[in-house]
Amino acid sequence: MGDIVSIFIRSIFIDNMIFAYFLGMCSYIAVSKSVKISAGLGVAVVSMLLITVPVNYLLNKYVLSSGALAWISEDLGGVDLSFLSFIVFIAVIASIVQIVEMVVERFAPALYSSLGIFLPLIAVNCAILGGSLFMQERGYQTLGQAAAFGLGSGVGWLLAIVGIAAIREKLAYSNVPEPLRGLGITFIITGLMGIAFMGFMGVKL
Amino acid sequence: MKKEPIFSSKSLKLLTDPLGRTNPVTVLVLGICSALAVTAKLEPAVVMAISVTAVIAVSNVIMSALRNTIPNRIRIIVQLVVISLLVILVDQVLRAFAYAVSKQLSVFVGLIITNCIVMGRIEAFALSNKPLPALLDGIGNGLGYGAILVAVGFFRELLGSGTLWGYRVIPSCFYVANGGVYENNGLIILPPMALILLGIIIWIQRSRSKNLSGS
Repeated sequence: MGDIVSIFIRSIFIDNMIFAYFLGMCSYIAVSKSVKISAGLGVAVVSMLLITVPVNYLLNKYVLSSGALAWISEDLGGVDLSFLSFIVFIAVIASIVQIVEMVVERFAPALYSSLGIFLPLIAVNCAILGGSLFMQERGYQTLGQAAAFGLGSGVGWLLAIVGIAAIREKLAYSNVPEPLRGLGITFIITGLMGIAFMGFMGVKL
Repeated sequence: MKKEPIFSSKSLKLLTDPLGRTNPVTVLVLGICSALAVTAKLEPAVVMAISVTAVIAVSNVIMSALRNTIPNRIRIIVQLVVISLLVILVDQVLRAFAYAVSKQLSVFVGLIITNCIVMGRIEAFALSNKPLPALLDGIGNGLGYGAILVAVGFFRELLGSGTLWGYRVIPSCFYVANGGVYENNGLIILPPMALILLGIIIWIQRSRSKNLSGS
């Protein structure tokens, strides 16, 4: 249990998707103009990471990684399909996004109207694919660890985008040098927020 | 029909525009996701730039050749499949011939799939143009992306480690440890400084050409 909590906290603060790995930067920059909209996108990212990372974990464990097919028959024990992981992961993500979109539209129309426009965007959000690829690279041992990592990364991303959106709302009243307005200052502020998050690096978990 | 020479001014423009005026990273804000994590050293930045250029150019050509045969409704799926196949090829080539760099790039090779530049160029250019202009557009955008990567990587490696491409540039006798006065800037190796450097590059570019749109 302790390892799950520590993976969860780690992936929120220390291995933050935005500040440590720059994943999902495109939508982070494009959508972070108001707190309300960015919170909506953040919730969508959290839920997609929470679903896709465990699903891809199971695929990786039982189909893709070296010798994973041994549970079907002994002969397949030597097969290594890990070179296929990129295409399998992206296909899983794209189809789960599609399914979630249809389910939400059918059973929660109110949620769909507030979240709907973000769901298709998420299929090509680097944070989602990045979550699955990091899960594979770091070799999490159990389904619980993979789920904790997915949830934690999503929450970290949500924190980052809501934070920058709040700062950008205030920034509208500041006198930023003309060429730096918009994109430039957003990068620099993200950098400063990242330096603040670096402070968590010393935390022992 | 008059045949257009390969290096007419129009095709040259396709190649050079993305380096400055329509740079995919600093002007169109695409593909930042994977741009910054690989720039702590110059070598991975250059390898990443070459890989992305290859993927953009080849996927542009393939999608441009297929543009009249693919139904519009399923084009996104087809694009994803084509791009993932190319990225798998790039990944396998890197693992075979440049294993050390491939380890450093880790997941970021795979993340070329979701690099917005690749899909953005297919949607915006390749689907409505012939293969040859699409090839030039792909190479141009790859180079524009690479230029930013290399610039950030250059300064981070020079100031952070005192080396370039692994070779020592700042002589070791300048360092405090050897009785000198110079010390590496440890902060610049950390991820957040890549963002701040990119912010400064955008600042310089926008001060030089006023007409670039601020988003």
